[in-house]
Amino acid sequence: MDNGKELLVSKIANGTVIDHINASRSLIVLKILNIRGTEGFRIAIVMNAPSTRMGKKDIVKLENYYPKDEDVQKISLIAQDATINIIKDYKVIKKYKVEIPKKIKGLLRCNNPTCITRKPDEQVTSTFTLINREKIMYQCDYCGSILTENDIIKDLTGEMK
Amino acid sequence: MWKGRDVINILDFSRNDLEVLFEKADYMRKNQYRLKNELSDIIIGLAFFEPSTRTRMSFETAAKRLGAETVGFVSEEATSIAKGESFSDTIRMLDSYVDLIVVRHKYEGAALLASNIAEKPIINAGDGKSHHPTQAMLDLYTTKTLFNTIDGLTFAFIGDLKYSRTVSSLIFGLTAFNPKEIILISPSSLRLREEIRLVAEERGLRLREEENIEAISDADVIYVTRIQKERFPDLQEYERVRGSYRINKELLDKYAKDDAKVLHALPRIDELSRDIDDTKFQAYFTQARLGIPIRMALLSLVLKGE
Ligand SMILES: [Zn+2]
Repeated sequence: MDNGKELLVSKIANGTVIDHINASRSLIVLKILNIRGTEGFRIAIVMNAPSTRMGKKDIVKLENYYPKDEDVQKISLIAQDATINIIKDYKVIKKYKVEIPKKIKGLLRCNNPTCITRKPDEQVTSTFTLINREKIMYQCDYCGSILTENDIIKDLTGEMK
Repeated sequence: MWKGRDVINILDFSRNDLEVLFEKADYMRKNQYRLKNELSDIIIGLAFFEPSTRTRMSFETAAKRLGAETVGFVSEEATSIAKGESFSDTIRMLDSYVDLIVVRHKYEGAALLASNIAEKPIINAGDGKSHHPTQAMLDLYTTKTLFNTIDGLTFAFIGDLKYSRTVSSLIFGLTAFNPKEIILISPSSLRLREEIRLVAEERGLRLREEENIEAISDADVIYVTRIQKERFPDLQEYERVRGSYRINKELLDKYAKDDAKVLHALPRIDELSRDIDDTKFQAYFTQARLGIPIRMALLSLVLKGE
């Protein structure tokens, strides 16, 4: 956390702080991580906090929660500048920036209904390749369809059917 | 290097690969009826999950001219797939029987999936609206045969450029060469898909979109496609569009270059008038005929190498 104004939310003893989330995307981040609040652990969300680097940013603190690799990959697709801080005994024991993957396996669904990866009973793992880093565009390795950032958000938040 | 390769997407093939193929096709054309021993030890699987008389027959003929045997099926109804066997399992089974598999399927990416599963080479004979590499190889070979070059020519594509895998595959194939310009003539609702355009432009093709059929006037190769009724929400719009992208002799006499040639993957309905058949513009029968030597060359290169 790069400014001293975090006092409105107390520090967590153990867990994860996801910092530098694009402003107002913290709720989407929680949604794609499937965190609803009913899990029982403490969650703090800070939205539109000032940031020297980003102007405004969101921060999410999750007590006793540790993301898996797949979760980090999902976060990177929604919040490209996010940093993950793993906290133990009030100390940051690990801190890293998410990295947008060149290849995504199995995580996303192709938006083309006649893509072989969507054929019922075929059980093909979808694979996508990053074709534009700035605009977050991925191309299906099987059918060539392009997923935009919006398509990805819709898919990950379950709005695509 | 051709031996053992899968033929899924024409973009995987370099200019040199394609020139080797054309040379081999020339050889096949000259010796078509004397090559019964070339592949006499080979069995080719024809897996047509989607019916296509023409493409299947041309592969079968090419295989038989080289002395190979063929086994296979046409359309899902004819096989156990209808009873629930997956595509993957059918490919796995065929892979253990034959030396090479020709696949056609209505789902995009099916051929690539087959190549991930099978050890034997896979030839994509059309997967959904994605790729039709052997048709594109044939179209390039036909152009080369007619004009003695592909570089420097202007190509006009007419009709349904959005869903036609023949068009997208040929445009991909052209990226290996240096054509002068590609003119894309279609109604706005059937323009070339963004993902195809991006690739073509990134690889240096000059594309120009037009809606009026007169734009054929700059073209050396006029490539006509069929506009399908299913693509339109209402019949009236379909009729209107279909009418304005029909090619006939009068139109060619009026607008086309003197030595322009008309290609069409056939079968045609009425987008290509029969009154062109006996004119200097007609090249689609030549194109159909060259389908055998190019597929003979392809099978021979993939199975036996250069
Ligand atoms: Zn796909």
